[in-house]
Amino acid sequence: MRIQPLLAAIRRERVHHGEEVEMTRRSTQSRVATPAPDGSVTGEVPGSTLWPRPTTPPTSARALYRLHRLLEPNRGYARLARWLEAHPRAYRAFTRTEEKVKGHTFNCQMCGQCALPATGYACPMSCPKQLRNGPCGGVSAEGMCEVYPEEPCVWVVAYERAEQEGREADLTLLQRPIDHRQWGRSSWVNYWQGRDDRLWTEDDGRTSSPRVRAADETA
Amino acid sequence: MSLSTNGAGAMSGATGGATGRLSRTIRDGRFAVTAEIGPPRGCDAEAIRRKARLLVGWVDAANVTDNQSAHVRMSSFAGSMLAMSGGVEPVMQLTCRDRNRIALQSDLISAGAVGIPNVLLLTGDHPRSGDQPDAKPVFDMDCVQLVWTARWMRDHGRLLSGRDLDPRPNWFIGAVENPFAPPERFRARRLGKKIAAGAEFAQTQFVFDVERFERWMSEVCDLGLGRRTAILAGVGPVRSLRALAYIRSKVPGIHVPESVVRRLRGVPPDRVAAEGMQICVETIQRLREVPGVGGVHVMAFGYEKGIPEILERSGLAQRRQPAAAGLPDQQEGSDRAR
Repeated sequence: MRIQPLLAAIRRERVHHGEEVEMTRRSTQSRVATPAPDGSVTGEVPGSTLWPRPTTPPTSARALYRLHRLLEPNRGYARLARWLEAHPRAYRAFTRTEEKVKGHTFNCQMCGQCALPATGYACPMSCPKQLRNGPCGGVSAEGMCEVYPEEPCVWVVAYERAEQEGREADLTLLQRPIDHRQWGRSSWVNYWQGRDDRLWTEDDGRTSSPRVRAADETA
Repeated sequence: MSLSTNGAGAMSGATGGATGRLSRTIRDGRFAVTAEIGPPRGCDAEAIRRKARLLVGWVDAANVTDNQSAHVRMSSFAGSMLAMSGGVEPVMQLTCRDRNRIALQSDLISAGAVGIPNVLLLTGDHPRSGDQPDAKPVFDMDCVQLVWTARWMRDHGRLLSGRDLDPRPNWFIGAVENPFAPPERFRARRLGKKIAAGAEFAQTQFVFDVERFERWMSEVCDLGLGRRTAILAGVGPVRSLRALAYIRSKVPGIHVPESVVRRLRGVPPDRVAAEGMQICVETIQRLREVPGVGGVHVMAFGYEKGIPEILERSGLAQRRQPAAAGLPDQQEGSDRAR
């Protein structure tokens, strides 16, 4: 596969996205939180990062499915992952790079257990409720987020992207509750070492526990 | 994804253990009726018992909401116990908004211990829309994961940690779906996920647009979901133009078609409430004819006393023996179904 044109396309789209991000930020700052009579602030506080903001990736799903093939686990990546974990400074540098790349593209929150390949490459952790199994019931008729009415619901985006690539069945996979100890860890290092194998299941969850890192199984 | 492990038997097998009236009505294939009780903002136990007594004999069970719309109220656990003492079988709502997985499992165990026969597991509204937007939203799990965890606790007698749960709980597990919110083509399959995870009944968001609901319902039936779970369509009366404006602009995810708006605006101000009731009654009558609909869920906030009238005019008149206070109805299902 020719990788150069792909990377160039991603770069172009990022630059374009960068402008959009700037514009969104400006329009956010112009909105002022209104203090209620009792002094409490209602709704969103500009600049607050407590509630993740749904984000539409600037890069097409097709390009990312292709890029993913280059990142699939193999013996070389597994060795690299083990080496990184044995060298904390290298691990930190690697994780910071991952954070930069994925943060810019997906508004990655660094949960350390990446669901992107099963969600049309729209990050479910950028949903303010961080729902990993699909949209909540509060999506507006126009497909906008209940918490950020100016942003499209990330699951509406995910469905469109997955459908375009014929991957909408991915969205019906049952996603297990995440392991919160993995926040801030490199999801690539986890993925290459097979730790993400139980993030979701293709069956109906009757024979396997809803726990990601479960040692025990009841048949 | 394989949705069915043992076909039509899956549902009767799964609900075999549950002892409540709602589970029996559904298992026997009768039309189920549920309503909603909102707990008070205050320590008035009688407020819930009063609302419960109005519903005795009219409904199979009544949902007790969990800090609905992210407004602080009495807990759904205490509310469910008070509803039982008022003679109505509760459906305890439990949201992922305010609890992590430890608290969720603990509350589920508590419900099992005091004999609350039904639980309804939801994601919950974001605190942004409530009276406490400065609260930390939890959302440790989502509702699909919570339904899966609850079924795992009940059917395998295990907690998420893998530790034993003895004795096992016995609740009937419910979920919700909004057929009208985007991405519309995904909504039936999203319900499929909840059913795969273990939901045995599902209540929907308010239905005002019956045609659109029918389209969703036929997708649900095409996926074979109607056989495995009972779908209870959500309904409720709009009793003023102010309420209409409120639910159209302030409540996320409710779709009111133009035809309904025109009908409500087309009558003199003193007739809006009556017209709203009439629309609700007609909606129920039409929903009863929609293939796959297993019941209705009546939501009438602040107007619980109108629920018997709505049901009577819809042809769902008092058809059940009142339950003994605090105990699920012991009388087995007969031909009282319509």
